[in-house]
Amino acid sequence: MLVDDTISNLSTRLKKKEISAVDIATECLEQIEKLNPKINAFITQVNPKTVLNHAKKIKLTTSLSGIPYVLKDAYITKDLRTTAGSNVLSNYIPQYDATVVSKVNSAGSILLGKMNMDAWGHGGSTENTDFSPTRNPWDITRVAGGSGGGPAAAIASRMCSFAIGEDSGGSIRNPAGWCGITGLKVTYGRVSRYGSIAYASSFDTVGPTAKTAEDCALILQYIAGLDPYDATSSPLPVGNYLSHLREDIKGKIIGLPKEFMGKGLDSEVKQLVLQAAKKFIDLGAKVEEVSLPTLEYGISVYYLLAPSETSSNLARYDGIRYGNGRDKFTPETMRRIMIGTYALSAGYYDAYYKKAQQARTLIVKDFEKVFNRCDMILSPVSPTPPTKLGELINDPVKNMLADIYTLTTNTAGIPALALPCGFTKTGLPVGMQLQGPMFSEKLLLQAGYAYQQTTSWHVQKPQL
Amino acid sequence: MDVKHVGKLANLPLSDVELKKLETDLENVLELVNHIQDLDTSNIEPTFQVTGLTNVTRPDKVDTSRMLPQKGFFKVKSIFS
Repeated sequence: MLVDDTISNLSTRLKKKEISAVDIATECLEQIEKLNPKINAFITQVNPKTVLNHAKKIKLTTSLSGIPYVLKDAYITKDLRTTAGSNVLSNYIPQYDATVVSKVNSAGSILLGKMNMDAWGHGGSTENTDFSPTRNPWDITRVAGGSGGGPAAAIASRMCSFAIGEDSGGSIRNPAGWCGITGLKVTYGRVSRYGSIAYASSFDTVGPTAKTAEDCALILQYIAGLDPYDATSSPLPVGNYLSHLREDIKGKIIGLPKEFMGKGLDSEVKQLVLQAAKKFIDLGAKVEEVSLPTLEYGISVYYLLAPSETSSNLARYDGIRYGNGRDKFTPETMRRIMIGTYALSAGYYDAYYKKAQQARTLIVKDFEKVFNRCDMILSPVSPTPPTKLGELINDPVKNMLADIYTLTTNTAGIPALALPCGFTKTGLPVGMQLQGPMFSEKLLLQAGYAYQQTTSWHVQKPQL
Repeated sequence: MDVKHVGKLANLPLSDVELKKLETDLENVLELVNHIQDLDTSNIEPTFQVTGLTNVTRPDKVDTSRMLPQKGFFKVKSIFS
């Protein structure tokens, strides 16, 4: 299939006129028609005629031109329904485009649709959606991960070339791991959040999801940077992610935190991550055991702060200005709003909200300390392979623990690259992640690229 | 947790059945997050944001390219003179 290939190869072939943008779009549309009824990756599909007309007229100005992509439905799109996975916004038509959407569109990529997700980002399985769960393309009795299950499943089943995801506690990385693809959670502020429907404002990040680290580097090049409309976007210069991609990782020190490899971790997942560590040693890196003692408080900190922020962000959905009433929130979203409201309420603010913000400082310092010694941290993405449908959504606490390895990344604001590192004996994909210091995307992408040059997990695709 | 009171603060329309279910669910969640009370945070400054940017401003100018059409609104007589 054409979209098995990397974006840069597709772009070269487009420029040589070996293939046309219509060819790629047609292939994706056929794949969507055939597989989406089974996978349920889309919430809103752009009309196929519109897509093909767009493809016919496309001018090849950048490496992203003519490449079909999808958006997690957390990004607002002018005149195209945007739901955040919730019935509260079931009929909401935005009046402008998110910054990331304008950037990708003006680079010439072709939008195919808006993808399924846990409502407002509240979940790790795309079961907390009002548009029916997304199925895992590797085993449709299992979940695709979340909150961005739709975009990840669409890439794994070749309905598009890449996606723009959103990660507040693992929402890019968890579905990337469980669908066997590659996703980058950027440093907080590296990509503008303007027009991204807020879950937890100090945790939310906008990033690429694709099949390889190389694709992620290419997309990041087009979406990163300061945006006057997002005061929290970073003024630091954007690196050249692509030109350094092929540099080797000899002598780099990779930390393996013992707290990430212990209790609660599935033994097959553990073995595959340890095998990946060996692979990095083969590539010239050094692997050392490190310790992040505050990790055990990661769940408490995240599940006090993110719900606090979401209870405030979601207060605007009162059905008066737009959208439907608050009775349309799902039970999981109501739980998060309730926890947050409680943690911020008079008498409990100091014991919960403020205490968690202080603990957040300790988590940030813990990571800083480790990064004085190592260049990166290697760990699993999720403690288990993809779960069966119904397993997480019916158990609120289990649902929270599914994010245990990913959410401290967001608490600290650092970047992390999730990529496939193997399969279980039953053929389910397993993901690992490389976390790095603030604004170390360049290094993480290099390490991911080096790993993917000597492994082939990322080129495997589900038999559907 | 007084779920009825918190539900009112959160402006959530909750039935008695939902309140009852929330009471159990939220007790379980609180039990999990209460672990934080074991962590010594005395004399630690809180972190409200991670990049340390402060006072980010831009000129207070009208950007006509970003003015939204006021579709779906209606006009009323002015209330304040």
